[in-house]
Amino acid sequence: MSIALKDVTKRFGGVDAVNRVTFSVNEGELVALLGPSGGGKTTVLRMIAGLEIPSQGDIFIRGQRVNDVSVRERNIGFVFQSYALFKNMTVFKNIAFGLKIKKWKRRAIVERVAEMIQLFGLEELEHRYPHQLSGGQRQRVAIARALAPKPSVLLLDEPFGAVDAKIRQDLREWLVRLHHDLNVTTLFVTHDQEEAMEVANRIVIFSKGNLEQIGTPREVYEQPANEFVARFIGVMNVLELEVRNGVARVGELAFPAQGHPDGQGMRIGFRPYAVQVSPDVGLYHHRAVLKHTFFLGIMLRLELELPSGLIVRARMTKEEYASLGLDDGKEVSIQIREYRVLARGDGTLGPEVAVNYPMPPTIAENI
Amino acid sequence: MAAPPSNRRSRPGRAPRRGVDESPLVKWCLVSVAWVFALVFLLLPLANVFAQALGKGVGAYLHSLVEPDSWASIRLTLLVAAITVPLNAVFGVAAAWAIAKFEFRGKSLLITLIDLPFSVSPVVAGLMFVILFGLQGYFGKWLDAHEIKIIFAVPGIVLATIFVTFPFVARELIPVMQATGSDQEQAAMTLGASGWQTFWYVTLPSVKWGLIYGVILCNARAMGEFGAVFVVSGRVSGLTDTMPLRVEKLYQEYNAVGAFALASLLAVLALVTLGIKTVLEMRTAREFARAERTTAPST
Repeated sequence: MSIALKDVTKRFGGVDAVNRVTFSVNEGELVALLGPSGGGKTTVLRMIAGLEIPSQGDIFIRGQRVNDVSVRERNIGFVFQSYALFKNMTVFKNIAFGLKIKKWKRRAIVERVAEMIQLFGLEELEHRYPHQLSGGQRQRVAIARALAPKPSVLLLDEPFGAVDAKIRQDLREWLVRLHHDLNVTTLFVTHDQEEAMEVANRIVIFSKGNLEQIGTPREVYEQPANEFVARFIGVMNVLELEVRNGVARVGELAFPAQGHPDGQGMRIGFRPYAVQVSPDVGLYHHRAVLKHTFFLGIMLRLELELPSGLIVRARMTKEEYASLGLDDGKEVSIQIREYRVLARGDGTLGPEVAVNYPMPPTIAENI
Repeated sequence: MAAPPSNRRSRPGRAPRRGVDESPLVKWCLVSVAWVFALVFLLLPLANVFAQALGKGVGAYLHSLVEPDSWASIRLTLLVAAITVPLNAVFGVAAAWAIAKFEFRGKSLLITLIDLPFSVSPVVAGLMFVILFGLQGYFGKWLDAHEIKIIFAVPGIVLATIFVTFPFVARELIPVMQATGSDQEQAAMTLGASGWQTFWYVTLPSVKWGLIYGVILCNARAMGEFGAVFVVSGRVSGLTDTMPLRVEKLYQEYNAVGAFALASLLAVLALVTLGIKTVLEMRTAREFARAERTTAPST
């Protein structure tokens, strides 16, 4: 086990920024700390680094309790969101800094820095100053500087926050490759769920200082532990319903709710891909108008309005859209294939429910 | 709803002018005013000082500088600057560090106190020290009994100068340190640097220019201070006269060449510090340019 947190709490003033967090990271893993801003994920990262001291609980790095070990002696590599390169030093000196402090021999320093410069594609930039580099180059220098002294853990705070969208994609892939090559235990903080899903082996999800779930990208997507995770990971349609006679209703949509008292509130969520759309207005149970189509590259997002004014979001590929002959303003019929009860009286999250619709009528009813 | 793109582009054949550009007339007027002001109020009087000083030839000029009392005043001024500037630099860095990096009680009071010498007249500052350490002052009797001379002696001049130059370095550094933040220091710590190593390798170089500006301003004021020093020095020729005091005394004695010669030297000392700063700036710029040149542009 490379890193372990046990019941770690951090209070700033009277506020719990991090509340009794327990999790562990295995040697060589690439883990994302994900959550909305103010969720406590950066505080967790800084506590692992030793830049913040936990109010309660213990932190272990490679089995050693490090609560009382100073930042200097933890042997971690930390990459700041702002990169925090030393402005008055060249790329070479930035990367060499940690080695010089750790009293490496001059020859060894030159060799190690050359190795890092080659690994990070920084050849011919070694005599430049940080302000003479592009955003992506600065980030590579920051990571090279953190990795040069061979830390046991690499910690990155919002590593892709400060670069533009095009470079961000390249950097994500590059980080995955780098991690694969070096195999150093890596934790990074992000508020972008797509980024976390794409890059990490496992994701730790935080909200308001609490650890909501830890799991592989697939686990947190398919088996969210609670409503927060279900809504935070991926896009989700969320409906507020009211139970009447064992059925929860909103607008023309109805979901079975046996055993729930009348008048109880209920929240139901379903993924856009679980919405089936047909240009045949009689095929599915509900009629709707396609209000707007958003082009997201290969995938399209459809905004559908039911007669009651309820808006439902669906998702499909370009090919599917074309073969169905859909267009903005067109009347369609829809049905919801799978949904999940998000909030009930006891606050737990229901399992995903597949809906078995009766065979659609062969003769259209409402023409 | 976004408005449809308007068709109000500049007509072809006319050079497009950006909306933020002022008319050439306004530009030249402002530039001329700045230049005229600089020439009439800065350069002309300065040139006149040198003209007056050298009016009776270089020999007379040099002779008036090595005249014993003037020579003593030059040495005293350099001594005072040599003591006060390093002290203020150390204090300024410490105070700016504390104010920029830490939160503590009484922080705003400390900032106000640092500004105090700016708002108090130097003459009042001088009087404060006379009241404290003068023969009639609170500590006067005790000091006299132990034969320690502060007022009408060099220690008093140094104290008054420190008081007057107190804010320069700190005031210059506080905004620089606040703007730099503590990210670089934290990065150094994660790489294993101790507090002292962090300060020496990271903090100090990153505030280098603020420190140099502060020291230059501090030095100029330390050498040029008149009011506060006037009150505490007692003006003993050859003993407690600093250069500005000596200039005034010579001028009152109708010794124009002597007064202007000393004044010109004072001006030169100030110009030297400016020159050192400029050379340092140029060297840094050259270093950056060389770094850019020796490496191929990135892809």
